[in-house]
Amino acid sequence: MLDVATPCTADELREEGFVDVGAAADVPRLEGRRATVDGRRVAVFRLPDRFAATDAACPHKGGPLSDGIVADDCVTCPLHNWRLNLRTGEVAGQDATMPIHHVVEQGGRLWVRLAGACDGHREPERAASRAAAPGPTPVRPAAPA
Amino acid sequence: MTDTLTTHTDVLVIGGGIAGQAVCEAVRDRSAELSIAMVCEEPRLPFDRVSLSHLLVDGKDPAELQLRPEEWYTDQAVDAIVGDRVTALDADAGTAVLASGRALSFGRAVLCTGSAPLMPPLPGIDLPGVIPFRGPEDCQTIRRAAAEGTEVAVIGGGLLGLEAAYGVASQGASATVVHLMDRLMERQLDDPAAELLEPALEGLGVKVLLERQTRLILGPDRVRGLRFADDTQIECGLVVVAIGIRSRTDLAKASGLDVERGIVVDDRMITSHPRVLSVGECAQHRGHVYGIVAPIHEQAEVAAQTVLMLDAAGEDTEVLGHPAPYEGSILSAKLKVMGVDLVSIGDADASGGGGATPAMGHATSAAVHDRESGVYRKLVVRDGKLAGAILMGDTRGHELLLDGVKHAIDVPDPLALLAEASQASPADLPDTAQVCNCNGVCKGEIVKAIQEHDLGSTQEVVAKTRAGAGCGSCKPTVSEILKVVRGGKVDEATYLCPCRKQTREDLAAVVREQGIDSVSELSKTCGAGRECGACKPGLAYLVSEVNHNQHREERHARFINDRVHGNIQKDGTFSVVPRMRGGVTTPSELRRIADVAEKFDVPCVKVTGGQRIDLLGIKKEDLPAVWEALDMPSGYAYAKSVRTVKTCVGNQFCRFGLGDSMNAGVELEQMIEGLYTPHKVKLAVSGCPRNCAESLIKDIGIVAIEGGWEVSIGGAGAGTVRQTQLLARVDTKDRALDVAIVFLQYYREHGEYLERTAPFVDRVGLDTIKEAVLNEESGEPDRLRERFRIAKAACDPDPWRERRAPAVPKQFSELDTEVTAMVGPPPGAEKPEIASVEGEDAGGQGARLSIQRVVGATTRKATDA
Ligand SMILES: Cc1cc2nc3c(=O)[nH]c(=O)nc-3n(C[C@H](O)[C@H](O)[C@H](O)COP(=O)(O)OP(=O)(O)OC[C@H]3O[C@@H](n4cnc5c(N)ncnc54)[C@H](O)[C@@H]3O)c2cc1C
Ligand code: HEM
Ligand code: SF4
Ligand code: SF4
Ligand code: FES
Repeated sequence: MLDVATPCTADELREEGFVDVGAAADVPRLEGRRATVDGRRVAVFRLPDRFAATDAACPHKGGPLSDGIVADDCVTCPLHNWRLNLRTGEVAGQDATMPIHHVVEQGGRLWVRLAGACDGHREPERAASRAAAPGPTPVRPAAPA
Repeated sequence: MTDTLTTHTDVLVIGGGIAGQAVCEAVRDRSAELSIAMVCEEPRLPFDRVSLSHLLVDGKDPAELQLRPEEWYTDQAVDAIVGDRVTALDADAGTAVLASGRALSFGRAVLCTGSAPLMPPLPGIDLPGVIPFRGPEDCQTIRRAAAEGTEVAVIGGGLLGLEAAYGVASQGASATVVHLMDRLMERQLDDPAAELLEPALEGLGVKVLLERQTRLILGPDRVRGLRFADDTQIECGLVVVAIGIRSRTDLAKASGLDVERGIVVDDRMITSHPRVLSVGECAQHRGHVYGIVAPIHEQAEVAAQTVLMLDAAGEDTEVLGHPAPYEGSILSAKLKVMGVDLVSIGDADASGGGGATPAMGHATSAAVHDRESGVYRKLVVRDGKLAGAILMGDTRGHELLLDGVKHAIDVPDPLALLAEASQASPADLPDTAQVCNCNGVCKGEIVKAIQEHDLGSTQEVVAKTRAGAGCGSCKPTVSEILKVVRGGKVDEATYLCPCRKQTREDLAAVVREQGIDSVSELSKTCGAGRECGACKPGLAYLVSEVNHNQHREERHARFINDRVHGNIQKDGTFSVVPRMRGGVTTPSELRRIADVAEKFDVPCVKVTGGQRIDLLGIKKEDLPAVWEALDMPSGYAYAKSVRTVKTCVGNQFCRFGLGDSMNAGVELEQMIEGLYTPHKVKLAVSGCPRNCAESLIKDIGIVAIEGGWEVSIGGAGAGTVRQTQLLARVDTKDRALDVAIVFLQYYREHGEYLERTAPFVDRVGLDTIKEAVLNEESGEPDRLRERFRIAKAACDPDPWRERRAPAVPKQFSELDTEVTAMVGPPPGAEKPEIASVEGEDAGGQGARLSIQRVVGATTRKATDA
């Protein structure tokens, strides 16, 4: 499921701001591993149907999220059980959110682009205010049919 | 299967949807004799179509939606003909022909052919990538597209369209809802509610485009976008069409039955031919075709009564008697989008719609609107009677209001009723109030079931009444009702997986019956462990225990401690505690420990309460090298497992000693080390009743007495301190260890996960335990011994050997780092498995220990891929 061919070359990914963090095979199913992207420690997870990435340190007391228990869509910090949604970046029951970084698998390698590193990059899909995101992308006049 | 001879059936149900199933059940409830056959066109037994919306979000196996298990059809003598279709129906003759060529004759037929999605005749509607949202296949297509990041456009901003779009957005893909009207769900909502709904959905990542009439679906080879009447366009790779349904009436029409928008039925659910009835989305009653589940159950009840009366009439098609007539249903819709609470009931926008309410009369409405918190609650009152409601952001009291609309109660003061509804507890609900909308169960039925069958837990109520067996969103209400009926006395089950409300027994039964040997398989089968993952270590223990450790070990199901075999500390480093059986060590071991502490700059070396030495603050990357340098087996100080056997020196040195507690403890530890348990198990052996090893506050404590030994259980030295209770007084050390082991196995099999022995003994009772552990005649102790032996032989006595053969890639390092270079022989150069403390090292202490360390055979299957 994960090896949906990404129609991109390594060069393209690099141009788009992605960084090669390691071999996809080194992240076993439903486990996490740490890596460094542009000097930032991130945690990369293999979910049942995709990869996901966030910062390595838990927003509570800096626990190692990559060592947490991973379920379909979330990871639980091993230190005090804060639970982070790996889609939205929300922490269950806490007033804290985490950045969700973009992960792409290409040719057996994992490429990570930090959240906010690139314009137009998909932010965690919470509360995109209507003012900030008018209408769907992209709306443009059609050529005369 | 296919039988060219004509088979006869009393009741022929055509269509295996929710309606077909409801009719079968309602008829069978009333008659055990009538033969029933149901023809299901789809290649599966009836399933819960409503939950496809959830399937879209959670990706569960569609098989989980099956309404009844296969055995039900055998048990209830319902002949379910799956994957076949009725192609011709002769009502006068009472015969039906199936697509397979098979012929059936029938007494009565019930048409439950349901509906098909409306696909507007737009250019491009048949392009690849344009689909409806109706079956499990559609769910799969949508999920696949979302997983690939395809932009998805949903045409239709009604309930179904919004649930489809939410499903896409919840997977992180882009979803745009394209709606013709100027507000969402215009049939169920008024302006203010729709205005609140839109930002709520956008907050979940669903984009909304209103007042867009789709003109063209762009291709040409597969869908690439939508173009609207105003010539704007959007790009997308998948289009989901959810603009409505069309009753499937072809068969009825071809058989000469009256058909308008649906198959016309009267108040007895009889069509224009007295031998044929119709129920569900294909039926039209008093001008209404319903597109939701609740009316189906009401219709099915009436239809079943009618069928029985018709049958009483034999071959005579004149109807004898009258069932309580079906007078129509009140529409009630609940949006199944996590985080958006929305219920609409009856005539909600005061326009006269909303089901069987009369559309005449003067309508007024009263509303409470709090933009800030996104709460909107409105009542519609027609001629002084409750006609409809919208509850957004706060849906408390919706059961009460639905019931009020159904009975058109008088509402002198709508605001007072709104206030009352928000205070309403399940105790206030009338018996007729429908609690479970999935399965159409009223409060009265629940109360009756609780009283008649003396039900004590929510689980039992769900099993008996099926209320809450669907989405489970009414389960809290069911629990409340149970509490009220039982005057607060409710024995709630302890759930191993609280998300799916599954107990250890439930799950153990699944593991046993289906021969499951891994957590993944268990999760796949029943959903446990997928949502929050918190129960995965419990599931891992369960799977290992039931399979006597001959399971497929999966590291992702284990807590980090059990993945890297150390105890995680507050700074993310680990502690290393080597095995030191009975707290007995040697100078050589101590020397190695000291060397390691220096070489790796270990921040802290500490003696633990369990008579071990703890090296604290080891980095994950250093673990393999530290273990290699220590060359001692893992002390399992990080696991829910057999931890330590503490000993006092006993009669080998102590002047009061009555028994050789030290050797007994070392021997006991050898016999049980490496075994996982429901919670940690700490043991102690003392050489006399002075009890220096503190045996009486251990999970299992053994004390030497004059002429024998005492084995006691269920003590606790931490948290709430508890003294052990005496299990047995025996003559020999061997028998003492044997009793301890039989009890340990009993606890391994019967303890709830994370239940220490103290609460375990309280819960199960000392007498029950004594009977199981000590009554040799019952044969149970022998069986426990045998299962213990198998489990022990298959357990891993030293997981630290993974330093040479990691269980998973980068087990001890990060994606972009490597483990510290090994100290000692290179990987592959296997040393003797585990060193013995016998011989040279033991001498220094002058102890006459004679210890043979046992290495259990490792017969576990390969770790997961
Ligand atoms: C995604 C989704 C979400 C929904 N959510 C809700 C909700 O939240 N609440 C709610 O109340 N309702 C909801 N609904 C609507 C609800 O699912 C339907 O009202 C209900 O399933 C209709 O059941 P039915 O048995 O009448 O029709 P169907 O489910 O259409 O069943 C009819 C069956 O008959 C078969 N059939 C047709 N013709 C023949 C023939 N000639 N021979 C043999 N078999 C035949 C069909 O293949 C089909 O299997 C939802 C629907 C969908 C698709
Ligand atoms: C009939 C069978 C149904 C099944 C099997 C089903 C299944 C589910 C499941 C699995 C969940 C996720 C619950 C969880 O694990 O937290 C859920 C949630 C939900 N369901 Fe259903 N569902 C059904 C019908 C319905 C119906 C008819 C409604 C409304 C009329 C409904 C409303 C909801 C709501 C509102 C939630 C979200 C609850 C929350 O936010 O926690 N469901 N359902
Ligand atoms: S996995 Fe469930 S299921 Fe079990 S505790 Fe959790 S999520 Fe929950
Ligand atoms: S319990 Fe105390 S007194 Fe008794 S043998 Fe052990 S050390 Fe000696
Ligand atoms: S550091 Fe993550 S929960 Fe406390």
